[in-house]
Amino acid sequence: MRTMKKLNTLILTAGVLASLSAHAQLRVEITGVGSNQIPVAVAAFGDESVSPTQISKIIKTDLERSGAFKIIDAGTIADTNNVDLAAWKAKGADALVVGTVQKGADGSFTVRYKLMSTVQNAKLSQLDQQAAPQFTRLAGHKIADDVYEKLTGVRGIFATRIAYVTQQGRSYRLEVADSDGENVQLALSSNEPIISPSWSPDGTKVAYVSFEQKKPVIYVQNLITRQRTVIANEKGSNSAPSWSPDGSRIALALSKSGNTQVYIANSTGGGIRRISNSSGIDTEPQFSADGQSIYFTSDRSGGPQIYRMSANGGDAQRVTFTGSYNISPRIASDGKSLAYISQRGGKFQLYVMDLASGQETRLSDNTNDQAPSFAPNGKYILYSTESGGRKALAVVSVDGRVKQRLTIQAGAIKEPTWGPFMK
Amino acid sequence: MGNVKHLAFIISSAALLAACSSPVKVTEPAPVVESKPAETTAPAEQTRTVAPVETKSIDPLDDPKGVLANRSVYFDFDSYVVREDGKPVVENHAGYLTKNSNRQILVQGNTDERGGAEYNLALGQKRAEAVRKSLTALGVPEGQIEAVSLGKEKPKAEGHNEEAWAQNRRADIVYK
Repeated sequence: MRTMKKLNTLILTAGVLASLSAHAQLRVEITGVGSNQIPVAVAAFGDESVSPTQISKIIKTDLERSGAFKIIDAGTIADTNNVDLAAWKAKGADALVVGTVQKGADGSFTVRYKLMSTVQNAKLSQLDQQAAPQFTRLAGHKIADDVYEKLTGVRGIFATRIAYVTQQGRSYRLEVADSDGENVQLALSSNEPIISPSWSPDGTKVAYVSFEQKKPVIYVQNLITRQRTVIANEKGSNSAPSWSPDGSRIALALSKSGNTQVYIANSTGGGIRRISNSSGIDTEPQFSADGQSIYFTSDRSGGPQIYRMSANGGDAQRVTFTGSYNISPRIASDGKSLAYISQRGGKFQLYVMDLASGQETRLSDNTNDQAPSFAPNGKYILYSTESGGRKALAVVSVDGRVKQRLTIQAGAIKEPTWGPFMK
Repeated sequence: MGNVKHLAFIISSAALLAACSSPVKVTEPAPVVESKPAETTAPAEQTRTVAPVETKSIDPLDDPKGVLANRSVYFDFDSYVVREDGKPVVENHAGYLTKNSNRQILVQGNTDERGGAEYNLALGQKRAEAVRKSLTALGVPEGQIEAVSLGKEKPKAEGHNEEAWAQNRRADIVYK
């Protein structure tokens, strides 16, 4: 099963390479499982071979990747209205996923799905979707999201997307991919570095730092219309953009005062005002989930540490105390935990802190982690790391049990950021 | 810019191809008609006026063997202070900039590869600011200098060892 899967991925990778050699095909490897795996039987959907993507396979892969489920292959169940739930309960499944695919006259597909509980002997959920051929993958991800939510009580993130930067020599590409690394789309290509992409809360725009003008300048790019807006091109360096939860403002770092400080700008451009005030470095601002506070990195006590202040500025409270180098704060959507990178014993590693207790947990065994970002449901953290001397992406569940690695065939992949929930 | 050139090349190639595809008879060259230039005599005031030319003195900035060819200032590990060996570099460029007030520079600060991209960008900025302050202390007006950072994004040396890192702990003076 494991070998088979790897082989499939290899064939897929080779195929994609042959057709789109410039594209960064992500390869996903999963290690570890969750602590309480829910056994779920997933049946092949009736007539799913008419669809360009095998819907049931996407659902299985998504659920398996989450680490929260033990997948039982249920073969094909064509008649989804008469299912012997007791028999599936006897086979160890708590729930059963069944569905059908129908091709319409207009070329679109109708994907119907039902989630049955063998424990309650009842239907838990159902969803009927109409999908154009290129969105049948998305239909599968949305079903996986629904299964995840109904069985765990937490919203699924399979239909969300990630953004990241690839580099091959002097070719830099800002790309957007589905959360499983598939469906890669190019947003920006440049001969100069691109760093710090940050999603707008509605998932239609990305703010980033581009060096195309021989210095760091902050842009917002509308992913749909291609429109780019300069958000900050002040004298000196312009960097570290991050959106407010309501999408109206962008926190950023500017050096125009002679040292790097935190400012806020309108997300449509203009309205730049300074909110931090130190004689050293204040950078990497991040709004708290409620938009009231800003977490940032500052060297005011010597080495870099993470601080929190009001989004209007004023006094700052120190948040990290262990070690002499703590950077890149990111706040979970529930506002309860902080992900960051800490250098201890010469290694830069991903940590998460429970903000109420101050309890820290190291989530990585690697040596060069950077740029963490939470999945919008707060259950996973995406970050960049090094693997076999090459830059790769990694995903880890916040309990540290489930790990994924995303690599590309050639060049470096870095600066990842997990996108928001989308309609 | 490269793309524009590329496009221009493609267009000209297409035009060439189009030209090739239209029938051309190479055996019968088009007749050349030679026309004799009309014999005229220019008036004296036009032939006897001399327009003066002055040879330009070489801009010392363009002298590859001159002191201004060195435009890099190196820093120690975790240091943001211009070293002794960097001071002559700063002094030479300060001298040029004060004499050439129309010239503007970017000071690009850089760091080694260790640590986060954004924090390194801020550290590179500190190096650029150190050079900027040294230049202004020597009388270069603020308006001629912009201190910026490339952080760890554009390493001069690609290695992953102290030798490469020392090359990358640097600020470069770039004339606009």
